[in-house]
Amino acid sequence: MTAYARFSLLFLSLFFTAPLFAEDMETASAETVISDIAEEKTLQDYLAELTEAGFREKEELVLKVVETDEPETLPVMQALLEGDLYYVKDGNTLVYKTSGDPVTVFGGETMTGLGSRDIKKISVNNSLRTLLRAQISRVELFSKNPQTRKTAAINLLKSADELDPALLDEALSQEADAGIKEILLLVEGIRQLESDDSAVRLEGITALTGSLYPEVRGALSNFANRAEADGNGKELAAAEAALSKINAMLRFNSIFENLYFGLALGAVLLLAAIGLAITFGVMGVINMAHGEMIMLGAYTTYVVQQLMPANPGASLIVSIPAAFLVAGLVGVAIERGIIRHLYGRPLETLLATFGLSLILQQAVRSIFGPLNRSVVTPEWMAGTFEVNPALALTYNRLYIIIFSLLVLAMLALVLKRTLFGLQMRAVTMNRPMASSMGIRTGWVDALTFGLGSGIAGIAGVALSQLTNVGPNMGQSYIIDSFMVVVFGGVGNLWGTLVGAMSLGVVNKILEPWAGAVVAKILVLVFIILFIQKRPRGLFALKGRSVDMG
Amino acid sequence: MNDSFKGGPLTRLIMNDQAGRRLLGVLLAISILVPLSNLLMPEGSILHVSTFTMTLLGKYLCYALLAVAVDLIWGYCGILSLGHGAFFALGGYAMGMYLMRQIGDRGVYANPELPDFMVFLNWTELPWYWYGFDQFWFAMVMVLAAPGILAFVFGALAFRSRVTGVYLSIITQALTYALLLAFFRNDMGFGGNNGLTDFKDILGFDLQADTTRAALFFSSGLALMMGYLISRYIVTSKLGRVLVAIRDSESRARFMGYRVEHYKLFVFVVSAMLAGVAGALYVPQVGIINPGEFSPINSIEIIIWVAVGGRGTLFGAVIGAILVNYAKTYFTGAFAELWLFLLGGLFVLTTLYLPKGVVGLWAQIKGKMGGPGSGSGSEKAEGQA
Repeated sequence: MTAYARFSLLFLSLFFTAPLFAEDMETASAETVISDIAEEKTLQDYLAELTEAGFREKEELVLKVVETDEPETLPVMQALLEGDLYYVKDGNTLVYKTSGDPVTVFGGETMTGLGSRDIKKISVNNSLRTLLRAQISRVELFSKNPQTRKTAAINLLKSADELDPALLDEALSQEADAGIKEILLLVEGIRQLESDDSAVRLEGITALTGSLYPEVRGALSNFANRAEADGNGKELAAAEAALSKINAMLRFNSIFENLYFGLALGAVLLLAAIGLAITFGVMGVINMAHGEMIMLGAYTTYVVQQLMPANPGASLIVSIPAAFLVAGLVGVAIERGIIRHLYGRPLETLLATFGLSLILQQAVRSIFGPLNRSVVTPEWMAGTFEVNPALALTYNRLYIIIFSLLVLAMLALVLKRTLFGLQMRAVTMNRPMASSMGIRTGWVDALTFGLGSGIAGIAGVALSQLTNVGPNMGQSYIIDSFMVVVFGGVGNLWGTLVGAMSLGVVNKILEPWAGAVVAKILVLVFIILFIQKRPRGLFALKGRSVDMG
Repeated sequence: MNDSFKGGPLTRLIMNDQAGRRLLGVLLAISILVPLSNLLMPEGSILHVSTFTMTLLGKYLCYALLAVAVDLIWGYCGILSLGHGAFFALGGYAMGMYLMRQIGDRGVYANPELPDFMVFLNWTELPWYWYGFDQFWFAMVMVLAAPGILAFVFGALAFRSRVTGVYLSIITQALTYALLLAFFRNDMGFGGNNGLTDFKDILGFDLQADTTRAALFFSSGLALMMGYLISRYIVTSKLGRVLVAIRDSESRARFMGYRVEHYKLFVFVVSAMLAGVAGALYVPQVGIINPGEFSPINSIEIIIWVAVGGRGTLFGAVIGAILVNYAKTYFTGAFAELWLFLLGGLFVLTTLYLPKGVVGLWAQIKGKMGGPGSGSGSEKAEGQA
């Protein structure tokens, strides 16, 4: 029989002599008795003892708790370390409390109606904290879950010098995962830098060379400073060589990151501009309400999500055809109602569609209110993809890039491989001839405009994942979209792709040294000057069909 | 019909333009009567025009001048500028900078040299481009020069490389958008987001005083009349006829041997300067200039004033600017929700059904009734030109 059992028995008797607590404590003590009899103590039991133990008993209890490998083990220990572990005086229920209402450790229920006097913190002292820290890293390092082990190893990089060398050696010998072993070797490398032996220190530098963890870089530059102060030339040179290699890799990283951000921005521009490439590029219609088609698509996403709130992922997929239909139908209506009467008068078309954009904005504002709506991002779009320790790429940008290319490819297929695409190209090339061949040019116009608008709607679905959905969201894209189409060359999908991507990348490359606003201004000025040089854009179509204005 | 007058150029200009004569008469009457009734009539009298109303009307007059400027290039030369708000705002900023310097040490930080926002940003000395703005004459030169130079550089580039039609419209829009972004920055030294405001006086006169307001109102009316006459002179001159030829068929005009880009550049710069003057008169009356004036939607709104009034008739632009802005004041006050529906509807309906604006509608009604003045207004004015 251990000291703990005796200890608890002592309390047991104490409780029985305290009639005030009698009723509630009876059940708790009864449980203790039962587990005592079974001789098999669970985490729950140790924790129950923890509420009453002194600091010395707590240390022993912690060691026992470590042995129990239950899902709650680690969180409880961490909460105890942080001082977030409490128990309810009335019933000894263990709870976590950070801010707000306490949550029970077992079951995770939120307890309401408890005042600050009803719960008591399980206190820890410094020696207990040290013990907890060591034990937590031990539990994590030898956890069955590789992700937990990895996080633990990365955390060790920060506190390498406090680490128990025996624990590190043990972890190194047991670790099967090569990636985690590598991190553990880095931990050892950082420790070696602290060694008294110069050879070991140099060995440490070699081990650390080429790692991109910020902690490694910090440790190395600290070491370099020390070596410089000590006048240790050989080690200083080695450390600096390692550092410069790391810095070169970081520079490459940042270039790559800018490129990635630039491509993502380019993808957004591409999505916004593809629809315009159809309506403006192919049909020659200046649709100033194009941004509002994007907005309609985004609001469609919002509405679909309101209809099926339980499943944001599926609702996003459903939104794509829905937004295409909504924006496309509105587009067909606009073409039939207004634009049809204004062909050949581009400036008038510009004004009429601008008026439409105001009406659509106000309509949305009247229906949904002036405030921005937020669309929930499904889980598979959140998160990051870690290329190396200093470079993490967000998934949503990756999806946008892929999605924009898919949309472009689909559109190219429709234009090149379908009957409708053939008719569309025929009508834009030579309207009277197409008409005399039996093509209903009026309907082709309406459907083409609908297609362009529908694609803008799809762009709205994608943009709803990146920005807030509001009545004015379309306006922010309209100028950029026109810039892309004009820059890339009117009537040319490749031009739109190249235009969007290069504008996006140039914008993001300028941003670090010029600032976001100046970068944007520079890009605008560049386009204004570029159009002077090549009024028909990068990839100009030759021939009469595009000659207008 | 063809009662061409001989005599001096000004008399000829006025006597040959019936609609313009009426407009100028009304403007002159308003410019004199409104300030007088504000200053002389006792408050509460039916004939008294409140300072608020006078300032509002003064604002409309500035807008009307801006509309004339846009009509000059769009109506007569076919250049649809979606960035004319930028020239208006530049003129406004030039005036605003003068007014800022006039505040002197009466600002919150009581710095005799630097405007408040610069002190706030911890600037120690005036940026070089603020030099000279303490002189009224210099500010007035800049009111013309700043928009004029920008229009010259931009126009020279664009017209020489034959950027026309919608392409030009889109890059003018990009121009004003770029300026909007630039002026929003604090480092530009134009007050950033808040712009220039808290003006105290102009030429030593208190800006809040009724007499100053009345003088500003009169100046706006005068500027509008002058602007109208200058534009009228241009469009009725030989040069004006070339402009119309360019509007109707640019390549044909070029093949006839005219240097199209020179004509366009000239009228574009004149128009930008007129817009700058309108901005300069606008700022002291409303008391603030901020980057919002550069926003592309403002520039597009000017176009609708001209379109509603009647593109290609200078007095139509004046009527359109006043009509639309009155409607805006009324609706944003009474039914704020409806205003954008109405403005949007105006765009759609005027382009579809009123290509000549209310002036054209008026002529049409008159023509249907078979009255003696049939075909007056725009057709007649242009026919004589």
